[in-house]
Amino acid sequence: MPELTENTKELRIVGFLCNWCSYGGADTAGVGRFIQPTDLRIIRLPCSGRVNPLFIIKALMSGADGVLVSGCHPRDCHYAEGNFYARRRLEVFKHLLPVLGIDRRRFEYTWVSASEGPRWQKVVTDFTAQIHALGPAKFFADAPELDFLKAGEGVMQP
Amino acid sequence: MTTGKTFAYYPGCSGSGTSVEYDKSSRAVCEALGIRLVDLPDWNCCGSTPAHQVDHVLSAALSARNLAQAETLGLCETLTPCPSCLKNLHNAVEHLREPGFGARVNALVERPLTREHSVKSVLQIIYEDVTPEKVAEKVTRTLNGLKLVPYYGCLMNRPGRSMHFDDEENPQALDKLMRALGAEVLPFPLKQECCGGAMGVPDNRITSRLSGRLLEYAVSLGADAFVVACPLCQMNLDMRQAQAGDYYGRGFNLPVFYYTQLMGIALGLDKTRLGLDKLIVKPAAALAKIGRKAKEEAPAASGAGRTAEAEVEA
Amino acid sequence: MKIGVFICHCGSNIAATVDVLKVVESAKSMPEVVYAVNSMYTCSEPGQQAIEEAIKERGLTGVVVASCTPRMHEPTFRRTVERAGLNRYMFEMANIREHVSWVGKDKAANTAKAVDLVRMAVEKLRLDKVLIPKFIPATRKVLVIGGGVAGIQAALDCAEGGMDVVMVESEPSIGGKMSKLDKTFPTVDCSSCVLGPRMVDVAQNERIELHAYSEIASISGYVGNFDVTIRKKATYVDWDKCTGCGLCTEKCPSKKSYDRFNEGMGETTAINIPFPQAIPKKATITAASCRLLSGGKCGVCAKICTSQAVDYTQKDREITVKVGAVVAATGYDLMDWTVYGEYGAGRYPDVITSLQYERLLSASGPTGGHIRRPSDGREPKEVVFIQCVGSRDPSVGRPYCSGFCCMYTAKQAILTKDHIPDSRSYVFYMDIRSPGKGYDEFTRRAQEEYKAQYIRGRVSTVYPKGDKLVVKGVDTLVGEQVELEADLVVLAVGGEASQNAPKLAEKLRISYDGYGFFMEGHPKLKPVETNTAGVYLAGSCQGLKDIPSSVAQGSAAAAKVLGLLSKDKLESDPQTAGVDVKRCVGCRKCINVCPFGAIREVDMRGQIKAEVIEAVCQGCGLCTATCPQGAVQLSHFTDNQVLAEVEALCQS
Repeated sequence: MPELTENTKELRIVGFLCNWCSYGGADTAGVGRFIQPTDLRIIRLPCSGRVNPLFIIKALMSGADGVLVSGCHPRDCHYAEGNFYARRRLEVFKHLLPVLGIDRRRFEYTWVSASEGPRWQKVVTDFTAQIHALGPAKFFADAPELDFLKAGEGVMQP
Repeated sequence: MTTGKTFAYYPGCSGSGTSVEYDKSSRAVCEALGIRLVDLPDWNCCGSTPAHQVDHVLSAALSARNLAQAETLGLCETLTPCPSCLKNLHNAVEHLREPGFGARVNALVERPLTREHSVKSVLQIIYEDVTPEKVAEKVTRTLNGLKLVPYYGCLMNRPGRSMHFDDEENPQALDKLMRALGAEVLPFPLKQECCGGAMGVPDNRITSRLSGRLLEYAVSLGADAFVVACPLCQMNLDMRQAQAGDYYGRGFNLPVFYYTQLMGIALGLDKTRLGLDKLIVKPAAALAKIGRKAKEEAPAASGAGRTAEAEVEA
Repeated sequence: MKIGVFICHCGSNIAATVDVLKVVESAKSMPEVVYAVNSMYTCSEPGQQAIEEAIKERGLTGVVVASCTPRMHEPTFRRTVERAGLNRYMFEMANIREHVSWVGKDKAANTAKAVDLVRMAVEKLRLDKVLIPKFIPATRKVLVIGGGVAGIQAALDCAEGGMDVVMVESEPSIGGKMSKLDKTFPTVDCSSCVLGPRMVDVAQNERIELHAYSEIASISGYVGNFDVTIRKKATYVDWDKCTGCGLCTEKCPSKKSYDRFNEGMGETTAINIPFPQAIPKKATITAASCRLLSGGKCGVCAKICTSQAVDYTQKDREITVKVGAVVAATGYDLMDWTVYGEYGAGRYPDVITSLQYERLLSASGPTGGHIRRPSDGREPKEVVFIQCVGSRDPSVGRPYCSGFCCMYTAKQAILTKDHIPDSRSYVFYMDIRSPGKGYDEFTRRAQEEYKAQYIRGRVSTVYPKGDKLVVKGVDTLVGEQVELEADLVVLAVGGEASQNAPKLAEKLRISYDGYGFFMEGHPKLKPVETNTAGVYLAGSCQGLKDIPSSVAQGSAAAAKVLGLLSKDKLESDPQTAGVDVKRCVGCRKCINVCPFGAIREVDMRGQIKAEVIEAVCQGCGLCTATCPQGAVQLSHFTDNQVLAEVEALCQS
C-alpha cells in the first residue's frame, strides 16, 4: 500500500442502506462511474426501518468514525411505511448521541432513490468530507488524563 | 397605501442627461405616492454595457461602489428608474455572493459592502408595493380615451433569474398601471423586442430598422402613444423616430411617454414637474384624446374626477 | 462451516482498479474460509461450474462471491450453489464492482475496501441458516392499469394465454393517446383502423373485465395475492342499460363542455360519448357542464333516453377484486407547454399542440378532417412546426428527449401537404432523431418528396401580426436569423410522466425516477419487471416510447405474467421474520408496526405471543428493529448477522 498522508488517511465510515432505493442508487452511481471517496463500506438491509439504533451505536463504539443511513424517500418505501419509522427513530436517536459523548455530526440519515446515482455520489462525498473535517473518533484510551484525577481531588464520594 | 419607506435613489447618468424628464417625473410620482427617495451621494456611472464587456469585476465594482454609497446613508434598499442601471446593480449583488468574485470586487472599492442589498426599479416598487389598485384610488384625472402601447424593452424583466420582476416573457406591470390610470392598453406582442439599444451610435440603420418595426406595429394597432420605462428605449423611439421613418419610407408621429409622466398627469401633479416639453415628438395631439371618448360615449359615467385634457394642453 | 470465496475479475471491470489476487490472499485467512480463488467471469458457464466443482470436491458448506451487485446476480449464484447441493441461502455476495471498482480510482484503497466487503460477507455467511421456501396459492388473474395501446396489448395477450384480466381505464373509453392520432408513422397507416379492432377485441373477449372511467383506490397484498379496490367514478348513466345510441348527445342543450378527447379543439355536450369508436360505447355526463347536476333545471337526456339509463343520483362506488399480478400501463401526458411565454403560452389560438393538430387532421375530429385554424376557421397555407417544445430543455426541467416528436412532426408535415397541396410546411428542429425501421427514410420523404422545409435552429418568439403569426428563429446551418409569417404554428410538445404516476407508484410500492417514470427492474435485463414481485410495466409509463415499442412491452409484460402465474402455487421468499416465543413478552409492538398485518397474536398456555404469518410477511424487518426483546428476528438479516458485519468492519 502506498504511504497515505495524515490528511488523506481513510477513515472508517459505515453505511446502512435499504435494498430497494439507496442500495440501488449506489449501484446506479457505480454503473454511471460517479467517482466517490473510498472510506464508506455499505451494509445492505431490506429497509431503513430495519436499522436498529443499536447497530449505529455498536459501530461508533467499535471504532467507526461515521455512520450513514440511507433509505427510500418518504412515501416511496418499498414496504409502504418503513422509512417513516426510520425517520422518527433516527431523528430522536441523533439527539441522544451527545449524551453518549458522541458528536452528532458523526451520524446522518438521508434518502436516495434507485435512480439517483449523482445524488448518491454527492451524499457520500459530502458525508465523507464532514467526517474528515471532524477527524478520527476519539476513544477513552486517547483521552489525556485529567489533572484533578491525578491529584485525586474532586472525585465525588458515593 | 405606502409605508412611507425611505429608499436610496440612483438616478443614473441618463437621468441627469438625456432623460431628465424621466428623473424629474419619477421623483414627483414617488413623492405623491409617499415613497421617500434620498439621492446617493457622489454616485458614479454603472458602466452600462461597455464595462461588463471589458471586465466583469470592474462592472461589479462600479455598482458595488454605488451600493456602498447607500450604506453611508444607512440604507440597503436602492431604487433606480433605469433598467440598465438596475441590471448592473442586480448583477453586482448576485456575483458579490460568490466568495472569490466578491473578494476581487471588494479589493477594488474603497469601502467594501457590509450588508445584503436589495435593488429594484421605481416601476417595481410602484407595481408591487403600492399596487395598481391603490394607484387607481389616487387618480384625479383619468386618462380615459388614450390608447397606449406598453413597451418594456429587453432588460426590465430579463433574465428572470436575476431581475426577479413580473413575467419574463409577458410582463404586465405597465399594462396594469396604465389601465389603473384609465388609459386603454393595447395588446402589444413586441413589448420586449429589442429597440436597437446603443447600436444607434455605430450604425443607426440598426436602431432604425428595429425601432421602426415597433413603431409600425404600434401604428397598426391604432395607438395614440407609446409608454416606456427605459431611457434608451425612449430615446430610440422618440429622438430617432424620424430616422426610423426615413428607413421605412414613411412618417411616424407617435409620442413616447415615460410611464411616470402619464402617472403624473393622472395623479394631477404640477405639469412643470413632468418634463412633457422635453419630448421630441410633441404629445399635444395624443393628450387631446384624453377624455374625448368618455365625453362622447358616456358623459355621466366618469366617476374618477375630471379629465386632464384642458389643463395639459394649455 | 467450510466457506469458499470466489473473487471475480469481471474482465477488467473489477481487476483494473482492484488487486484481485491480493483480495484472494486476504480471504484465505478469514475465519472458516477453506478455499479462495479468483475467476475471470464468475457468472459465465465455466465460472459457475468452478463454484459447483469446488463445493463438491472440497465439501464447501457456504459460498461467498465477490463480484457485481447482488441486485443483478444473486439469484444466478443461488441457483449455482443449489445445483451443487447446497441450500441456496448459504450464499452471500460482496459487491466489489458497483460499490468499489467503478467508483474509486485508487487501486490500493479499492483493494482494502474489497477485502473489507469480503470479510463482512464471510461473517454474515457464518450466521446464515438453511431456509426452505414455502408454496403459496396464487390467483390466476391479472390487473391491467391503463387501456392505451400498451395495456390493450398486454390484456389481449394475457387473455389469449388463458388468463383472466381486469382492465382499469381512467377515461370513459379505452384507446389512450393512440386513439387520438389520425395516422401513424412511418407507414401513414390509419390509427383508428389499426387500433379500433383491438379495442373491440377487448370489449368482446370473455376473459377481460373492463372498468372504464375508473381508478385504482388502493392495492394491498403481495405477488400472487393482490387485493385491489377499484373506484368506479359516477357517469350518471347506467351503463348496463345504455345502448350507446347517442340520442342524448344530440339533444343535450349544454353544448359548451370542454372536449377532452379532441384536446379542446372543439366543444362537446355535457352528456357525451367521447368518439364514435369508443369502447365501451356508453354515454357519460360531465357534471360541471350539466345544467341539472350544476343546480339548474333540465333533465332532457333522461326524458329522451329510450332505455331509462340516465341516473342523476349515481355516486362513485368501489369494487374489490383479487389478482395475482399487475401490469401498469398508465402512459404519459403532454407537458404543460404554456411555460413557454415566447410561443405565446396559450394566448394565441393559432399556436396549437401536435396532439391538437392530430384532431384537426382526423376525419372523426371536430373539423371532419379539414385543417382549419382555430381562430377563424380559415385553411392555413403556411404551417410552422416547432420541435423540442418541452424536450431536451433543462431550463424547463425536461432535459430528456421525448423520442417520438421528430417522427410525428415529419408525419404531420406530410399529412399537411396531403390535405392542402398548395401549403408549405417549415420545421424548426434541433437534431432529427429517427432511429427505427424505416424511420429515417420517412423523415427524408417529408423533406424531399413533400418539400417540408427543415430549419435547424430554435425559435425565439412567436407573435401575431394581422391575421398571421410571425415566427422568429435562427437557422444555425446558414448562421442567419429567420423570420416567417405563418398561418398556423404547431408545437411538438414533449411527453412527461402522467400526473398521477407517483401516487400510483406509491400504491403499487414500485419506484419511479425524478420525472415520475416508473423504474424497471434492470435497465437492460428486466425492462418490464419492477423490483416489486408481481408488478410489471408496459408502455410510456416506464419512459416515453412510440407505438411499436409500447406494443412490444405490452406483449413482454403479458409473457412475464403468464410465466409467473403458469403454476397454481408460487414459491415464497423464506427470508421472513420469526418469533422466539421464549423471549416474546406479548407487548404487541411488532403487530402494530407491521405494514402488512403479517403478525398476529396467539394465546400460548394463557400467555400472549406474537406469531408471524409467513406467507404474508414481506421481510422488511420493521418488527425486528421494533421488538424490545430481540424476540422477532428477520431470517438472513438477524441482529447478530448485522452486528457481525459491523464488527468485521470496525475491528479490521
